[in-house]
Amino acid sequence: MAIEVRIPTILRTYTDGAKSVEGTGGTLDELFADLDARHGGLRDRLVDEAGLRRFVNVYLNDEDVRFLGGLGAPVHDGDTVTVLPAVAGGSA
Amino acid sequence: MRYDSLQDSLGGTPLVGLPRLSPGPEVRLWAKLEDRNPTGSVKDRAAFYMIAAAEKEGLLTPGATIMEPTSGNTGISLAMAAKLRGYRLICVMPENTSAERRQLLEAYGASIISSPAAGGSNEAVRVARDLAARHPDWVMLYQYGNPANAQAHYETTGPELLADLPEITHFVAGLGTTGTLMGTGRFLREQRPGVQIIAAEPRYGELVYGLRNIDEGFVPELYDESVLTGRFSVSGPDALRRTRQLLEDEGLFAGISSGAVLHAGLGIAERAQAAGERANIALIIADAGWKYLSTGAYGGTLEEAQARLEGQLWA
Repeated sequence: MAIEVRIPTILRTYTDGAKSVEGTGGTLDELFADLDARHGGLRDRLVDEAGLRRFVNVYLNDEDVRFLGGLGAPVHDGDTVTVLPAVAGGSA
Repeated sequence: MRYDSLQDSLGGTPLVGLPRLSPGPEVRLWAKLEDRNPTGSVKDRAAFYMIAAAEKEGLLTPGATIMEPTSGNTGISLAMAAKLRGYRLICVMPENTSAERRQLLEAYGASIISSPAAGGSNEAVRVARDLAARHPDWVMLYQYGNPANAQAHYETTGPELLADLPEITHFVAGLGTTGTLMGTGRFLREQRPGVQIIAAEPRYGELVYGLRNIDEGFVPELYDESVLTGRFSVSGPDALRRTRQLLEDEGLFAGISSGAVLHAGLGIAERAQAAGERANIALIIADAGWKYLSTGAYGGTLEEAQARLEGQLWA
């Protein structure tokens, strides 16, 4: 088993159009490094020197990883990671 | 209870237990019924406070035009207040919002400028900013960055919750402008340092996330991550399923964003139950279901309703 990573439309140029890809790693950081080995350039769109990019949201099994340790958040086989651009959502 | 006017009846909403949805006597869910506000949503609090602040600062003068990006509820609140106080209101609203919201805005005399469905509220904000630049005489209260939005909840929603539920352990609300979570969250954390402040964020279809570039993303200026202790992304199908469960199990006819809040709340309740911890979890019911009847959310099978909701801004 591996970790499923769902990719938003604007980043699918890095995944040959695939909506989701699979990867491995013990932390989110390792997972992104693993993905970048097959989908070169993807990691750089998600992460900068400070950590997760400001307008990138990453959810581990539907919970925002910023509240689970950020890039250090532990991930496990069978988890689902969802990447989404930050948008004005919700009732307003 | 008696008030001098409808506007004066703002807030003071009931907090009701959800005994059938609560996992047990030690882990209880509570619903704060924000549909019992003057125009039927939690947004009355932010809207009335923003108008009062703008009047106090001299930004709003008699006959002024207010222009605001909104997915509906804030617009309806502003439209009511604007009508009574003699302002003109222009709402910039994504075209993929429910018919009832438009009808209500028009009934209150507001004008609507539609923004494209693709991009959702992001586009409404962008269009509103362009309009503001071209019409410097219009007043954009700008709910995403107006401190009076969060202040309304700091001064009203937070104290009301603490008075009704002094044993509160968790507060869950929808994430939009972030005003409800920031204001209530700050107040509760000051009063109850261990309280958990949890955001339930709607996850839409791909259309809404259709940015040309990730750097076009948007984080409301009011948002301060340090106020929250958790943030959950809730899909349309999960929100819809929970909205129906509120009606089926508790008789509560709520809007779809409240289904998302219940989904997050139930997740927390199950964790607390499994860990053997006591919990009193307060949920914000932002509005009732009336404005969403035309979306078909409440009729037919869940699958049919989910298909109809695809592409709509349901929260």
